[in-house]
Amino acid sequence: MNLWNKFKDGLKRTRDAIVGGLGAALRLTGPVDAATVELLEEALLKADVGPDTADRLIARAKKRMGAERDLDLRGALEKSAADMMRGDREPTRFGPPAAHEGPWVALIVGVNGAGKTTFAGKLASRFAREGKRTLLVAADTFRAAASEQLVVWAARAGVEILRAKDGSDPAAVVHDGVSAARSRGFDVVLVDTAGRLHTKQNLMAELEKVQRVCGRVLPGAPHHVLLVLDGTQGLNGLSQAREFGKCVPLTSLAVTKLDGTSRGGAVLAVADQLGVPVSLVGLGEGLDDWEPFDAEAFAKGLFEESE
Amino acid sequence: MFEALTERFQGIVRQLAGQARITPDNIRDSMRDVRRALLEADVPVQVAKDFVAKVEERAVGEEVLKSLKPGQQVVGIVHEELIALLGNSQVTLAGSPHVPTVVVLAGLQGSGKTTFAGKLAKWLAARGKRTLLASADVYRPAAIDQLERVAAQAGAGFYRAPEGTLPREIGAQALDDAKKRGFDFFILDTAGRLHIDDELMTELGDLKRVVRAHQVVLVVDGMIGQESVRVGQTFAERVGVDALVLTKMDGDARGGAAISLRQVTGKPIWFLGTGEKLDGLEVFSAERLAGRILGMGDVVGLVERAQAAVTQDDAEKLAERMRKSDFTLEDFLEQLKSVRKMGPIEDLLKMMPGVPKDAIEKLGPQKDVFKRHEAIMLSMTVKERRNPRLLDGSRRKRIAAGSGTSVQEVNRLLKDFEQAKMMMKALKKGPKGLAGLRGKLR
Repeated sequence: MNLWNKFKDGLKRTRDAIVGGLGAALRLTGPVDAATVELLEEALLKADVGPDTADRLIARAKKRMGAERDLDLRGALEKSAADMMRGDREPTRFGPPAAHEGPWVALIVGVNGAGKTTFAGKLASRFAREGKRTLLVAADTFRAAASEQLVVWAARAGVEILRAKDGSDPAAVVHDGVSAARSRGFDVVLVDTAGRLHTKQNLMAELEKVQRVCGRVLPGAPHHVLLVLDGTQGLNGLSQAREFGKCVPLTSLAVTKLDGTSRGGAVLAVADQLGVPVSLVGLGEGLDDWEPFDAEAFAKGLFEESE
Repeated sequence: MFEALTERFQGIVRQLAGQARITPDNIRDSMRDVRRALLEADVPVQVAKDFVAKVEERAVGEEVLKSLKPGQQVVGIVHEELIALLGNSQVTLAGSPHVPTVVVLAGLQGSGKTTFAGKLAKWLAARGKRTLLASADVYRPAAIDQLERVAAQAGAGFYRAPEGTLPREIGAQALDDAKKRGFDFFILDTAGRLHIDDELMTELGDLKRVVRAHQVVLVVDGMIGQESVRVGQTFAERVGVDALVLTKMDGDARGGAAISLRQVTGKPIWFLGTGEKLDGLEVFSAERLAGRILGMGDVVGLVERAQAAVTQDDAEKLAERMRKSDFTLEDFLEQLKSVRKMGPIEDLLKMMPGVPKDAIEKLGPQKDVFKRHEAIMLSMTVKERRNPRLLDGSRRKRIAAGSGTSVQEVNRLLKDFEQAKMMMKALKKGPKGLAGLRGKLR
């Protein structure tokens, strides 16, 4: 399956929410009347774009249509959305840059049930296939059998795993993991942390410690902090990203379970309202049903009319 | 829980209650605010519209406007309608005459089914019911191991089918096992599945039939808000759902799910899940939740927490010591621990009627005072706790250093203790003693 088809399938339900509400209005060219704007707002809110981002998107699209006479509303929305999501920076990649020396350490964080462990497993398997020596570190010592779950993923991906006894200090596990990776020459270290609600101060402090310990063992680590957001939670992801960001510097976001929700529009709000870029999107349950975030493909997936 | 919504509603309530005269116009204004508050809480548009229309219709009625305190009346109507919306019927576990009662848990991935399975087993155990847990989740790695651990923590039985057994076979075998071993309840945990996944939804229907489920409980992540409506509807249509459980309510869920699920699915909410520990479970009560949202407090909830935290035994022991009049720092420590067991002080204050939200926020570091007091007392020797008079300057300094506090804080604790002691003495003497106490305190 090519890249575009994956986005198309994964975003089907979100697209239905938007396109279904707009119908023929999408083919409109020329000035956009108030009734259409209202229709558009409603459709975008249904997809959980949120009122602020919806306003900005509509304003951009209108401006664009003013400048390009034969551009229809659909095209204008798609291009404006892509611009908003791309911003003026290079897309953030999840993975070691070509010139990286020593192990590249990534912390995977998020609320309970967002899909951290599953994503860690899928990422490990991709890195392994690319020929990178990958170590999974099971730093979720709280949830019952969380590390067993990661063990299965490690076996599937054919990578090594470091785990500790349940209930032990996650910072200690991370310490051991990063040290081992350093002395044994791993290329990639993926640290799967315990799920925590962003409203829990003490658990957020624990995360800060984990991050600090990483840096103490290996200066510069963690090289990437990935916040995993559950796509079904839509705009709640915004407040999760804000709270997590207060405690550890987030490098990028992964949005999972987008295939099961009509709230994929929240990704637009996240990209628009947070300074943190989206790097990965989960578009299905299969081992390879996720992709590096692609603003163009995502925007197309939101507004493309179904045949 | 539902901080933003609560704040909005309390503002509206204050405004309404302060109104000397109520006219259809200012009711309409208030109702517009109510509608907006509901929409912001992620309540579906139709549900919010219907709610407001109902309240407005009742409020504009003659009697309300002519009554002595019309504002209060309108608030009362909002309260009643909110309860009606949240669903005023409590779920009672249909303890089936055929043992065991079979409960099947269903939901999306990551909604918290397995954790809830453990919580429910523990909740049942506290009510003298023996539960067998089994997992038909053959898809997620280590899901079955997770449930096994959870079962051990909850003190419930566990059935493990041989590797490679199909979900429906697991269900059937576990049911047999539950019957043979005479469990009161059999809870079957299932794999997380998307409501749009045809194959897995069919599997769930099969499972339900094979184990002859008395109750299918849909576990929903409270943070998904409106999305829960579609999830709830689809599960209800495809599989049939008897009750709902909302999890992760200690996050900042906006409340949309709790408010609209009942109305849209027609199914009652049974529990609210809070926290990752197995005792984080609260029976859903529309009346109490409505009260909390409108700032009327939740005294029933407060009492329940107290009952859960202090066992009858503890209470009797304390009463016994009080009779003997030797209330020491050890008893004080026990008391403090019981209060702390009831949960964070902010939560308790939130359940009390009439405590404004900003007062709770202003609490700041004060909210840790119990914890610090506890630390101080734990830094004392047993001898010191039994006989606080030993505590001279140098001991106090040691204790402050040992507990990471200051001498001033140690002094404050000792003062609090003296007051508590006086109170205990007064209580022993009955009403007369209490009257005399007023002068002495402070």
